[in-house]
Amino acid sequence: MNLAYYPGCSGLGTSREYERSTRAACTALGVKLTDIPDWSCCGSTPAHALEHALSGALSARNLVGAAKVGCDTVATPCPSCLSNLKTARHRMADDGFRAKVGRLLDQPAEKLADLPDVQSVLETLVTRVGLDAIRAKVRQPLAGLRVAPYYGCIMTRPADVMRFDDPENPTSMDDLLTALGAEVVPFPYKVECCGASYGVTRRDIVARLSGRLLGAARDAGAHAVVVACPLCQMNLDLRQTQVEWPGGRAVDMPVFYFTQLLGRALGVPDAELGLEQLCVDPAIAFRRAAQAVAARQAEEAALAAKAAAKAAQAKQAASANEGGRA
Amino acid sequence: MDVTNLESVRDDDFIHAVMEESGQDLTHCYQCGNCTAGCPCGFAYDIQVSQIMRNLQAGRKDKVLNSRSIWLCLSCSSCTTRCPNNIDVARVMDVLRHIARREGRVAERGVTTFWDAFLASVRKHGRVYELGVVANYVARTGRVWTDIDLLPRIAPKGKLSPMPHGIQGRDEIARIFQRYEEERTR
Repeated sequence: MNLAYYPGCSGLGTSREYERSTRAACTALGVKLTDIPDWSCCGSTPAHALEHALSGALSARNLVGAAKVGCDTVATPCPSCLSNLKTARHRMADDGFRAKVGRLLDQPAEKLADLPDVQSVLETLVTRVGLDAIRAKVRQPLAGLRVAPYYGCIMTRPADVMRFDDPENPTSMDDLLTALGAEVVPFPYKVECCGASYGVTRRDIVARLSGRLLGAARDAGAHAVVVACPLCQMNLDLRQTQVEWPGGRAVDMPVFYFTQLLGRALGVPDAELGLEQLCVDPAIAFRRAAQAVAARQAEEAALAAKAAAKAAQAKQAASANEGGRA
Repeated sequence: MDVTNLESVRDDDFIHAVMEESGQDLTHCYQCGNCTAGCPCGFAYDIQVSQIMRNLQAGRKDKVLNSRSIWLCLSCSSCTTRCPNNIDVARVMDVLRHIARREGRVAERGVTTFWDAFLASVRKHGRVYELGVVANYVARTGRVWTDIDLLPRIAPKGKLSPMPHGIQGRDEIARIFQRYEEERTR
């Protein structure tokens, strides 16, 4: 498999730890990533909200670049990049659209007819590497860690373009985290929007939507939220101090990239996973997990002691009975 | 009571433009309200998304293009996913933004100012330079206190790049924008 890699702009800045942990986890799993040479921005929402051919051209330049280095598939960690790259490729089937995009690019439109497929790094890991292979490589299971998997709104939607997992109730990240030894809590807001890039312009929107997500994770008893999107992560982690907590009860809720927990379970040193770059201290989650494990062990020990006492009592009663008969 | 004579406000050219550019058949909407029920941002809208669909069918161009809702739509595709008639509602909302921008109608100036700052950064460097986008947005809007509370949280994390990551093909990207502008004014 010739896999091209599209890091996305935020990987050079606010989602540096996603970028680092993605590369570290892929290396640990033997997945080779070939960076698209001189890759450029996909234009994200500002481009598709302005004009679809512009968005298509900014995305297509990268897909053409991936094809040039002989790759048949492009993997990207960022759902916004994923959505733009995939949508561009999808729309390129339309002759009119392809011609329009061709007019914006240096390359002729013919090159745009057969572009590489695009997938998320999550999809690459669960479909190409596979859960069994990942499970076999787990060296440090995430025992006791209760996690709320949050996929974000566009990794699986719209379904006819994204063609991965269930659009409303995805389970790929649940399955991955379970394979790593974590306990996945029932989380009803898996694909509900966090408020996207409106934190800068309309903070009230992000405060409400991200607050609702964090509140649901809190109420489900999660030790942490696990995400696959740089923008979701920023809203839930960096902006956690700005959100409206339902019921007014704020907690410290660590927000991991799934690649960070994957790397940790695979035994990658924390320093390569950028855990220290998270805003809410990730140690809080690991501490809660350790406490959960200790509590469970204590409970099991108490149950075992109780059972042993009961057995001893029964034995004593039985021997007393026998003594009476004799 | 707000009474409108639907015959007098119906703009057929507008209806056709939206259908053509979005590739969606607006007549398929039967007003079930699923899109509105699932829209996470409806609380901030002035017109709910199902009402936008109905106004589109009636050709009420001003009502739709002057709304705040089209700028507050988060592009999350809940509406598209839940439409029983397979209308890509999120794509319709995108196209409404395209038409409104072409006509210079923007009811939520802050949103487009941020987007413009973002695209200006892409055009200049080939990749987004996050600090530059925020600085540009602040300069254009005068909102100098934007997210100042987050600075002590993020600054020690070593994530914000002090400098842009320019690419070699910067000119190529600038040409894409230039051709886009030429096509637009043609």
